[in-house]
Amino acid sequence: MPQISFIQAINQAIAEEMERDPLTFLMGEDVVLGAFGATKGLIDKFGAKRVRNTPISEAGFVGAAVGAAMAGTRPICEVEFASFFYCAFDQICNQAAKLRYMSGGQATMPITFRAVFGAMGGAAAQHSETVYAQFLSVPGLKLVVPSGASDMKGLLKSAIRDNNPVIVFEHGALGWSREDVPQGEHLVPLGKAAVKRPGDNVTVVAIGAMVGKAMSVADKLEQEKISVEVIDPRTLIPLDENAILASVEKTNRIVIADEGHLRGGAAADIAAIVADKGFDFLDAPVRRVTSLDVPIPFSPPLEKAAIADEARIEAAIRDVVGR
Amino acid sequence: MDISKDKLLEMYRTMQKIRHFESKARDLAMAAELPGFVHVSIGEEASATGVCAALRKTDRITSNHRGHGHLIAKGGRLDRMMAEIFGKRTGYCKGKGGSMHIVDYSLGILGANGIVGAGLPIATGSALGAVIAGKDDVTVAFFGDGASNEGTFHESLNLAAVWKLPVVFVCENNGFGEFTPMATVTSVKDIAVRAKAYDIPGHIVDGNDVLEVFRYTSEAVARARAGEGPTLLECKTYRWEGHVVGEQAFLGDGSYREQSEVEEWKRKCPLIRFEKWCAESGKISSAELNKIIAETEKELADAVEFARSSELPAPSEVTDDVYA
Ligand SMILES: Cc1ncc(C[n+]2csc(CCOP(=O)(O)OP(=O)(O)O)c2C)c(N)n1
Repeated sequence: MPQISFIQAINQAIAEEMERDPLTFLMGEDVVLGAFGATKGLIDKFGAKRVRNTPISEAGFVGAAVGAAMAGTRPICEVEFASFFYCAFDQICNQAAKLRYMSGGQATMPITFRAVFGAMGGAAAQHSETVYAQFLSVPGLKLVVPSGASDMKGLLKSAIRDNNPVIVFEHGALGWSREDVPQGEHLVPLGKAAVKRPGDNVTVVAIGAMVGKAMSVADKLEQEKISVEVIDPRTLIPLDENAILASVEKTNRIVIADEGHLRGGAAADIAAIVADKGFDFLDAPVRRVTSLDVPIPFSPPLEKAAIADEARIEAAIRDVVGR
Repeated sequence: MDISKDKLLEMYRTMQKIRHFESKARDLAMAAELPGFVHVSIGEEASATGVCAALRKTDRITSNHRGHGHLIAKGGRLDRMMAEIFGKRTGYCKGKGGSMHIVDYSLGILGANGIVGAGLPIATGSALGAVIAGKDDVTVAFFGDGASNEGTFHESLNLAAVWKLPVVFVCENNGFGEFTPMATVTSVKDIAVRAKAYDIPGHIVDGNDVLEVFRYTSEAVARARAGEGPTLLECKTYRWEGHVVGEQAFLGDGSYREQSEVEEWKRKCPLIRFEKWCAESGKISSAELNKIIAETEKELADAVEFARSSELPAPSEVTDDVYA
């Protein structure tokens, strides 16, 4: 299997899906050159009709994707940085997410939204946010957060084939990370978690770039005979609750690691589900390791202080295991 | 319009400061001494300078991601700006904002902004605030041609027009939004014509001619102060550098403009143009200009020294300033 980068995985997934289906097309700011290189070269393969640079007008072109979907096509709509979703909130939350339901099932909305998120070293508050929590309370959307190149490709392909609006969040710091990625028909289903590493003493549910951090903590703790099971939910909606609950039933302890904020975040959501449906399995409180409830600061020491890291994951694990 | 010699010298000094500051910021970013994204406006100094020269201290501006020039022109200090882009505690935003978010309330700098088009409604509201407070302060919104396709542009011009707000919308048209040529994503050749849709004056301005920018802005500011409402100015200019420092790393060989086009615009350098005008008009000697250059070099060197020797913020400061 060839090793490719996260960014190349995106490129492959889009190219393969556009190859498969002539009604699939790509639109967004600077997708022709590819602001991060992910969509580079696609215009040479598919031409200017299907690879479209949009104006800087998020509400407008996101809404246009909704209309294009209603006209029977399958837009892949890139919004560069996930914080720019805020500029298009109505079109995503009131239109894309709700039109199928409101129309009594008449409309289908096969749109894939893609955006870069997360702290990536001094990008500051308006370019570093982990935005998916804001969409967790909007029924009608699916949310995908890949943690590496292989899942990136498989999940993105599934997202593009899905008949619902799916938002794929691509962590900026993973861009150059490399993994073995199957060529061709590599699909990862939406709604199926990955057990990244089996363990007995504690479950760590890690999201996005936190997966890598949780894995390295697990490696370290193994030397002390603390056995950590790392679960990557891969998609937040749908969420593989069964995988998480089954793991907690085995380990009786859970830490949830997420780069989002503490209040109202993905970790809060998962913690509530475990408290609700897995209370009897628990031997220790549910612990959330998240970023602080501050806008992500610019200066490196402040950014580091704001973002959830290995040390905090380790401390949380030691805390629940010690009980 | 008669412009005093002091004013002319001040404008030249401002353009030199911007050129020096940004050339240094570019070099520091390339040397990986600065975190984050750095966007420079080298080649566009005349618009920031000419616009702000027509403002007084209590007037306010909003800026965008390419904001160093606007902030310097409005009086921003090189040392505190430099400290901010280094992420130091002594920076304008205590290291929390960085290059794209510098603010100095005391100078009427309401902020650079990382969100394209976000400054226009804020400027409109700032102008509304002046009206409500019974002050005759004017607000300028700086933005790019790309931003003029955002809904915020259209909504702001309409609102400012119906309420006759004292705001001047300054579009710096450098022909590109990131790597996308304007013509491929914008329905008009000149942004200024969009003023018609909102029934306000719109003017095309030579954005590399600081004197012309100053004249047009002075007129628009006078109009705004007199309660006659907003004006849209479009300064035609060009950025010599990439969209963001270091873009070659992800663009690779992907180029989006001809080098000859860059060279052509370099020949239209706003600083050289002003120097020539000084020589031809006999208003200012080259000795006087050279003195300004030397002083700017010194000021910049001090700013870098200040930034380098300042402390980074302590991690415990991360939770400060979230709420008032
Ligand atoms: C809402 C939003 N969309 C997209 C971006 C990404 N972005 C940053 S700068 C830029 C281009 C802006 O072009 P323009 O307004 O013409 O200003 P210029 O960079 O040319 O000075 C884009 C698309 C952003 N920062 N904010």
